[in-house]
Amino acid sequence: MDWNFIIFSLVKIAIVVGVVQGLVAYSVLAERKISAWIQDRVGPNRTAPPFAKYLPVLGPLLTRWGMFQPLADGLKFLFKEDFTPAGVKKIYFFLAPAISVIPAMLTVAVIPFGSQIGAQKMVIADLNVGILYTFGIVSMGVYGIVLAGYAANSKYPMFGGIRSSAQMISYEISMGMSVIPLLLIVGNLNLSQIIGWQSSHGWLVLYAPISFVIFMVASFAETNRTPFDLPEAETELVGGYHTEYGSMKFALFFLAEYSNMVASSAMMVTLFFGGWTLPFWGLDHAATSLGMGLVQILVFLVKMLFFMVIFIWVRWMFPRFRYDQLMDLGWRRFLPLALVNILITAVWLWIRS
Amino acid sequence: MATVQDIEIRDAAARSAAAAEELQDAHGERMVLNMGPSHPATHGVLRIVLELDGEVITKADPDVGYLHRGDEKIAENMTYTQFIPYTDRLDYLAPLANNVAYALAVEKLLGIHDKLPPRCQYIRVMCCELARISAHLLGLGAFAMDTGAVTVFLLTFTEREKIYNLAEAASGARLTTSYTRIGGLMRDVPPTWCDQVRQFLKEFAVSLAEAETLLTRNRIWVDRLRDLGVVSKTMAIDYGLSGPNLRGSGVDWDLRKNQPYLCYRDLDFDIPVGSAGDCYDRYLVRMEEMRQSMRILEQCVNKIPGGGENRIGEPVSVADGKITLPSKQKVLSSMEELIHQFMLVTEGVNCPPGEVYFGHENPKGELGFYINSKGGGTPYRLKIRAPSFVNLSILGTLMPGCMISDVPVILGSLDFVMGESDR
Repeated sequence: MDWNFIIFSLVKIAIVVGVVQGLVAYSVLAERKISAWIQDRVGPNRTAPPFAKYLPVLGPLLTRWGMFQPLADGLKFLFKEDFTPAGVKKIYFFLAPAISVIPAMLTVAVIPFGSQIGAQKMVIADLNVGILYTFGIVSMGVYGIVLAGYAANSKYPMFGGIRSSAQMISYEISMGMSVIPLLLIVGNLNLSQIIGWQSSHGWLVLYAPISFVIFMVASFAETNRTPFDLPEAETELVGGYHTEYGSMKFALFFLAEYSNMVASSAMMVTLFFGGWTLPFWGLDHAATSLGMGLVQILVFLVKMLFFMVIFIWVRWMFPRFRYDQLMDLGWRRFLPLALVNILITAVWLWIRS
Repeated sequence: MATVQDIEIRDAAARSAAAAEELQDAHGERMVLNMGPSHPATHGVLRIVLELDGEVITKADPDVGYLHRGDEKIAENMTYTQFIPYTDRLDYLAPLANNVAYALAVEKLLGIHDKLPPRCQYIRVMCCELARISAHLLGLGAFAMDTGAVTVFLLTFTEREKIYNLAEAASGARLTTSYTRIGGLMRDVPPTWCDQVRQFLKEFAVSLAEAETLLTRNRIWVDRLRDLGVVSKTMAIDYGLSGPNLRGSGVDWDLRKNQPYLCYRDLDFDIPVGSAGDCYDRYLVRMEEMRQSMRILEQCVNKIPGGGENRIGEPVSVADGKITLPSKQKVLSSMEELIHQFMLVTEGVNCPPGEVYFGHENPKGELGFYINSKGGGTPYRLKIRAPSFVNLSILGTLMPGCMISDVPVILGSLDFVMGESDR
């Protein structure tokens, strides 16, 4: 048993999970702030713990930026009564939030968020089937939602659950198909290798722009974000699959949604935008010093946040699709497009070889 | 043995009423979904009992009356003037227009509705058009929000806030305005009011254009609204639809043009008319109506007798002591005015016996007041023709064949207010 490996892995897991949780909490804040800016509002600007006013400059500033808001949100969820409605299927009802949160957390395991610090690779599990792993895990997320819809013994969640299962399965196919050209080009399933290829050949978004578009739209659908937020369409299904949930169980669904957003953004960065690399300042090679390693992690985070902002931005600008339009888009537009894309890429590679 | 069924996927999946008939063949258990009375899409307290086949609605049964307050009965127990505050609460998105409609109905009974002082007429028209913009803005915002575009809602609410400010400046209240009196207005508008309206129009034009950019050519928005909830011309007339819902179906009928009242004759404006009668047409009609209202407001601001400040003292109420309250100064110094004041406050405006109906082009449609008077200061019977109530009657025909996601869209495009429907 390699103790070194275990200890470092645990440290990495702790840090990654912590960072993802923090990102989730603050992306909720970002969501509220960005929506406020879009809508000519101010957004959360007064939540503050009692000690904030004793901090000279920082206290009021952080309060104005709403930096304490996620804390208050979290505490509110935690202290609310955990109410279980009558007539629910208890085991499934309790299991559903967990099942939807776990895959969301697991996805980030294979994503290289930096090159290396010292001898440690900045990835929790450097699998040689990274992409397959991600797709496998992501598709498990749907079970939580379906279970939630089924267990709540209520009609609106039921619709939400059914819609989401159909939606996620449909878009997973387009998503999977959109990635195949990348595999053809790179010839490897390992995410670190894909990044390595990109650092020497240029970002994959230049080679497969159609793939990127499909992947991005499919990730909106996968994460149930507007304009694909049918499973929780508020004005149709009240709250969708989480209508009957409250307190921390609801918070877990929330957590899952935003973790999925983080994971999708990370995947987009990794697959199409060179991951932790930048084509200049020597950032395209594995780091040799501690500083470089940290800068590369920073580069990765910035790229990821860019996509998070796009997720949020789109949500506040567009109406949502109708169920059949969504299916139409998924099956009749994106799937054929993805298939043609594969063909074109294959032919192009064959001609070049 | 399992049987194989061909499932045909149409372009517009299960939209038309014909689709509902086809689906009859596929036997399956129907699900009854109770939408409302407290559901985010049924704004207020509409309840629709939906019978569903999968996501497709096979039967819709609207159920109204959760907000019933008995306004019509209440009216029989108070003077005509005392009922004005109750009209605020009918279509609570356009209280100013309701005030005007009710006042005009009673004035018609008195036979003075076309003898109102011109300044009063202009102010009333401005109130009506502001109310129209306000109501349409909320309708649009809620419509967009129901469809998933939340930002439009906030955009329109910012503008509505400005209209509330104008209402507050004129009447002293933002929502429960009670601005009209029988035979005139509670008081003249403040001197700067017309300039405030001008300022508002300037700002509103920008916001409306912004909302339009977010929606009108938005592919998702158009896809959601097109060919949905189609109301044909004859259907619209048969169901007695009125207002934008009627005009959306291509019927050129606007009471402001067809049965002109107040000073609408002197104003230049167009009536937008739809062609297909779908949700998108109704949306477009409302957008254009707001622009036309802006046009009317601009003309009013320029043409209002006495100008914005009314230095020459144009009256805003009829000069009849038996109808409008005399000034307090005179009440305290002159016998005749004292008697008038006493009689008006205790007995109400003495209306002649008879019956009268007055239909007013409210934002939601034709708001009609039918008054049956046996003489005296209270109506024997007062009936309110609430446009929302009539417009909602078409739901049961419109919804079968649609999907659940279409319900908020159709409801939003019909733009109803339960306060008025249930009255």
